[in-house]
Amino acid sequence: MKLVENNNMSSHIFTHLDALESESIHIMREVAAECKNPALLFSGGKDSIVMLRIAEKAFRPAKFPFPLVHIDTEHNFPEVIACRDKLAADLGERLIVRSLEGSIKRGSIVIKDPDKPRNPYQSVTLLETIAEFGFDACMGGARRDEEKARAKERIFSFRDEFGQWDPKNQRPELWDIYNTRVHAGENIRVFPISNWTEMDIWEYIAREKLYIPKIYYAHEREVIRRGNAVIPVSHLVQPKPGEKVEVLSVRFRTVGDMTCTAPVESTARNAQEIIEETSTTRITERGATRMDDQTSEASMELRKKEGYF
Amino acid sequence: MSNTTQLLRFITAGSVDDGKSTLIGRLLHDSKSIFEDQLSAISKTSEKRGMAAVDLSLLTDGLQAEREQGITIDVAYRYFATPKRKFIIGDTPGHEQYTRNMVTAASTANLVVILVDARKGVLTQTRRHTFLASLVGVPHIVLAVNKMDMVGYSEDTFNAIVAEYRAFAAQLGIHEITCIPMSALNGDMVVDHGDNLSWYKGAPLLDFLENVVIDYDVNTTDFRFPVQWVCRPQTQGYHDFRGFSGRIESGEIAVGDEITVLPSGRTSRVKQIVTFDGNLQRAYAPQSVTLTLEDEIDISRGDMFVKAAAMPQVSKEFEAMLCWLSESPLDRNRKYIIKHTTRMVKSLFSRLDYRVDVNTLAHHEASALNMNDIARVAMKVQQPLALDHYSKNRFTGSFIVIDEATNNTVAAGMIA
Repeated sequence: MKLVENNNMSSHIFTHLDALESESIHIMREVAAECKNPALLFSGGKDSIVMLRIAEKAFRPAKFPFPLVHIDTEHNFPEVIACRDKLAADLGERLIVRSLEGSIKRGSIVIKDPDKPRNPYQSVTLLETIAEFGFDACMGGARRDEEKARAKERIFSFRDEFGQWDPKNQRPELWDIYNTRVHAGENIRVFPISNWTEMDIWEYIAREKLYIPKIYYAHEREVIRRGNAVIPVSHLVQPKPGEKVEVLSVRFRTVGDMTCTAPVESTARNAQEIIEETSTTRITERGATRMDDQTSEASMELRKKEGYF
Repeated sequence: MSNTTQLLRFITAGSVDDGKSTLIGRLLHDSKSIFEDQLSAISKTSEKRGMAAVDLSLLTDGLQAEREQGITIDVAYRYFATPKRKFIIGDTPGHEQYTRNMVTAASTANLVVILVDARKGVLTQTRRHTFLASLVGVPHIVLAVNKMDMVGYSEDTFNAIVAEYRAFAAQLGIHEITCIPMSALNGDMVVDHGDNLSWYKGAPLLDFLENVVIDYDVNTTDFRFPVQWVCRPQTQGYHDFRGFSGRIESGEIAVGDEITVLPSGRTSRVKQIVTFDGNLQRAYAPQSVTLTLEDEIDISRGDMFVKAAAMPQVSKEFEAMLCWLSESPLDRNRKYIIKHTTRMVKSLFSRLDYRVDVNTLAHHEASALNMNDIARVAMKVQQPLALDHYSKNRFTGSFIVIDEATNNTVAAGMIA
């Protein structure tokens, strides 16, 4: 917040980032105060790193009144996992990691093709983790501008015992008064940064000087082209016969499952340059980078109904 | 975007026939907020449905259920930005659940754009939208007289509609209205002025949205600070720290100011205004901060800090306008909980005074409350609440009603 002296009258400018930040802090404090056993889902991605800063603003000088939880697909970029662990350690907060591997061993997930994207299976491990710790509320960094189904989801999204979202039966949300009540066994997903856009996230990262995985910034990387997409070469994705490996200057707009997260060509080496690029881009974040959401216009909605974030 | 960009939340009210979705599509399109992949998705759909041009209204269609039925079922939020402001649009559908959805979306809006079709003028639904906007206290109203292309861009037609509308709005005590003639289809007066309405000297809609003064949309005089969370770190160096975290819902506070804690009535002075970014001397609505006090007094979540010079009413009984949101009607045998700021209390409906016909504004006797009903009621609560009249304070004058058995939010209330 800036203070501007104006004709002897002290007025103050409350910017859109101040407004969004204050709203998000307010939401997190409501969760902490009204839910018995909340958790904050933290993946090491940029949106969840913004959530950590919001949590610091909401609760410091005290510790967070909830643990950080990561559902690890084991298809994550190593830089993201390293960042996850570094930030949790720097903050001195408790990090709980549960991996899909655990669910596979238990037999609750059966993987048909180990190299295929694992996002669809995340819901299973998430629900098992919720049951293991008895969480009644999980905060996530989803934003409404990401996708059409999310645009209609409430900030406090009520889930039944199967973690399912029913878009036709959402609680009306008025003013800043949130209804957090649930019956035993049910839980809520809470999205404190619902109203932030991709641009807001980058402006906030720049303003707060947040440390994020370096693969968000432009770097040289070996990639292959499949259809319209540029796919990073990794131990999970190797060129098929006839495919050519190229080295391009790229950055990731989202960092999810390595097998289905495509980078964009870019030379932006810091948050300010990304803001400039984002203000001229003509493709949405998920449209550019998430191959799993493109299969059907309704794929996110279906996954949410199954208990996905 | 600069570091002084403000946030404006607005909603559009009108039916599909008034060109509401087209208007939103036009705003997004002409302000270059539509992305290529979104445009290509709706182009495909328009083609599939056999439409000649890209249907911009498809941009605001969200869910599979809606696409299958061709209707919008809920409130959707859209985002766009210009160099001057960032905007959040609450998009509400126009069918039988309209009242409930509009009240929900309007509760957080700075501004409402009420659309009328220039050929039809002020209709029953225009009156309904205006009544709901005034009920929920939306600070700014824009009357968009759309489809001016269908009436030959006639100034006389526009003036006649404006005169009729102003006369109606005056009955509701609304005097500040901005009226804009436009053609969302052709883009006249949405983002650009266009050539067809040269007789109109005002600014296009986007220009108005970018410049309307919203600094006084929050109450800047009466300090209200509902305690959300008691911050007790009990870590090295903070053993004696007891902070009260919350959001300043209205007014301002400075170090040294005397505060009264409600409902207990105990007083103290502000010792520190703590934030993660350092302590402040003064803080304003709607900042989220943590306050420490000079004296140790018993304070918990649900209490409210105020200043003695501007006290709310502390009471267990009050009257309110209520919008019933739930499909299950009011059942006076059931238990209902009220959530007001950060406090939850048990409540009773002691009286149903009257129901308002949202189309005629006539009052009817109220023996029941069904979904979409607007009614004047009297309520009793188990513990005292610190209440403001809704017209003075949207945040401390509002509450929600929760059904204790189902946990659903069944009604929205405004202190009358």
